[in-house]
Amino acid sequence: MNTQTGTPGANRMTYREACRQAIRDALIADPRTFLMGEDVGLYGGCYAVSKGLLQEFGPGRIRDTPLAEAAFVGAGIGAAMAGMRPIVEIMTCNFSLLALDQIMNNAATIPHMSGGQFAVPLVIRMATGGGRQLAAQHSHSLEGWFAHIPGLKVLAPGTVEDARFMLKAALADPNPVLIFEHIVLYNAEGELGPAVTAVDIEKARIRRPGRDVSILTYGNSLPKSLEAAETLAGEGIEAEIVDLRVLRPLDDATIFESVARTRRCVIVDEGWKSGSVSAEIAARLSEHRFFDLDAPIRRVCSREVPVPYAAHMEEAALPQASQVVDAARSLVTGK
Amino acid sequence: MTDKPHLDREHGQHLYRAMLRIRRFEAKCAELYQAQKIRGFLHLYDGEEAVAVGVMETLEDRDTIVATYRDHGHALARGLPMGALMAEMFGKVEGCARGRGGSMHFFDRARRFVGGNAIVGGGLPLAVGVALAEKERATGGLAACFFGEGAAGEGEFHESMNLAELWDLPVLFVCENNLYAMGVPLELAEAETDISRKAAAYRMPGAAVDGMNPVAVEAAARRAVDSIRSGAGPYFLECRTYRFRPHSMFDAQLYRTREEIDHWKERDPIPRTRKWLEENRMASAEELQAIEAGVDAEIEDAVAFAEKGTWESVEDLERFVLMDEVPQ
Repeated sequence: MNTQTGTPGANRMTYREACRQAIRDALIADPRTFLMGEDVGLYGGCYAVSKGLLQEFGPGRIRDTPLAEAAFVGAGIGAAMAGMRPIVEIMTCNFSLLALDQIMNNAATIPHMSGGQFAVPLVIRMATGGGRQLAAQHSHSLEGWFAHIPGLKVLAPGTVEDARFMLKAALADPNPVLIFEHIVLYNAEGELGPAVTAVDIEKARIRRPGRDVSILTYGNSLPKSLEAAETLAGEGIEAEIVDLRVLRPLDDATIFESVARTRRCVIVDEGWKSGSVSAEIAARLSEHRFFDLDAPIRRVCSREVPVPYAAHMEEAALPQASQVVDAARSLVTGK
Repeated sequence: MTDKPHLDREHGQHLYRAMLRIRRFEAKCAELYQAQKIRGFLHLYDGEEAVAVGVMETLEDRDTIVATYRDHGHALARGLPMGALMAEMFGKVEGCARGRGGSMHFFDRARRFVGGNAIVGGGLPLAVGVALAEKERATGGLAACFFGEGAAGEGEFHESMNLAELWDLPVLFVCENNLYAMGVPLELAEAETDISRKAAAYRMPGAAVDGMNPVAVEAAARRAVDSIRSGAGPYFLECRTYRFRPHSMFDAQLYRTREEIDHWKERDPIPRTRKWLEENRMASAEELQAIEAGVDAEIEDAVAFAEKGTWESVEDLERFVLMDEVPQ
């Protein structure tokens, strides 16, 4: 595991460091908040996000758990219902399947099923995505699955700023919020504006404006899409990059507005294409904005295979910038 | 023994009344199910009343209850208003969960009743989390978690037992061992059929008690609760009991014999308690009659309350999918 923490300047930090600072802030701000999960304490987090926090906050607030995803996620739900504001870390979203019963049948369900008597103000952070040659049980993008479930909010920070401030907003929310941190982004560096101390968790955001084609994306596909936009600009095509940020509930207004302007749309989603976030967005666009479109919607998604280990095979399985360029160019030029 | 319940007249009659209340409520539910006033799945608690009643005697307002889909007995013993339960099963908005949960999912925030959970084993992790919150805030409250012996087959059972003991959390695990997980007999499902012994694997104190005897259950639960409140961590209490009725209303009971059911009915806690009250002159005929009349009147009122109830507006269908705030 890479434990590099980057080289922070005053406002420059890595995504990993931003996640850590966000947790620190939350622990300082609210005595009801604690972090629990596998290896979050002594080990410092599988992806080194919580390194040093055990020493600073002690074992009551940085809780190493047994390998028991159902129990510690369920315990987070119970603690949240009883008045705490827990942050639960699941090492990778692949392991979240062991806690799916708790997330779906309890966290997402109890507020509605109890007639609004109980809220579950819980944050679950998990690592997602491929690109580090971790093979098929540590590389998948399952956020789209969770985005299927009413009662959850699903966030996908794709920038250092969102990694730094989304947690605060998530903890202030009365609902269970799942944050998917992409494993490739942990080492990414970014500049934080000194004025920014908070972000919303409602809106998609335009990361690069453009008039010719909207590229809707999130997570680690955001930097790939920004790279694609740079290449496209060299060819005279101005792509607008929309960072979805919030996968449930989707910000239809921002998506629709962008597509209405550019009249062309590529969706880039590291999930598998079938039944994915990209499928949902494409369906909404065809339901509500069919006549705004000048061309069919295109999607760049992961190939429908378990992500393999070998580098060249993994690269072929995941969405790449060159595919985004090709998709956008074909929409704009017809070639 | 000091932990024996003080069995004065009042308490003896109270236990009898509490169990009778559940038994007759269940009979009314079965009747209303036939009349199609109650729909969906309906799991009745007949035979197991001594467990909920005995355990609940030892709990306080600050404690939290996690129940199963067979939750009528727990809810009534905890003091949820009968009318709200009946209205819930009628699907009325006056129900204890606005008619959204039905028979399997009773909730009551004020009484710290966090739900009948219809995923076997699914409530145990919740109880662990509630207990963690109580311990961290030093409220002195505990979480009492009811589940059947079928839950012992689930990973969530073992994960939760381990976590509760590992972190010394105030959880009372109450296993209602009625010998069948739906139709699967214990010996077809468990390598170790002595369920209470499973606690030892987690270094947790555990005990088994006659779940057909409310006095024995209360005494055992009192020992468990005292141990938990002394800070000794969780406690596992297996109550050996039997379900008199089918698993739900769709069960031909092919998996057990009439003789077995009759054998257990000889140990029915309700007539036994009544007999005991009579033999020991703890209740007069008039008092017993008054108890019965009181229970019947309460049930009649509950049904009338449910009948009179109203339907939640369909416009509210999506309300509480996402909460606007955390209820205080």
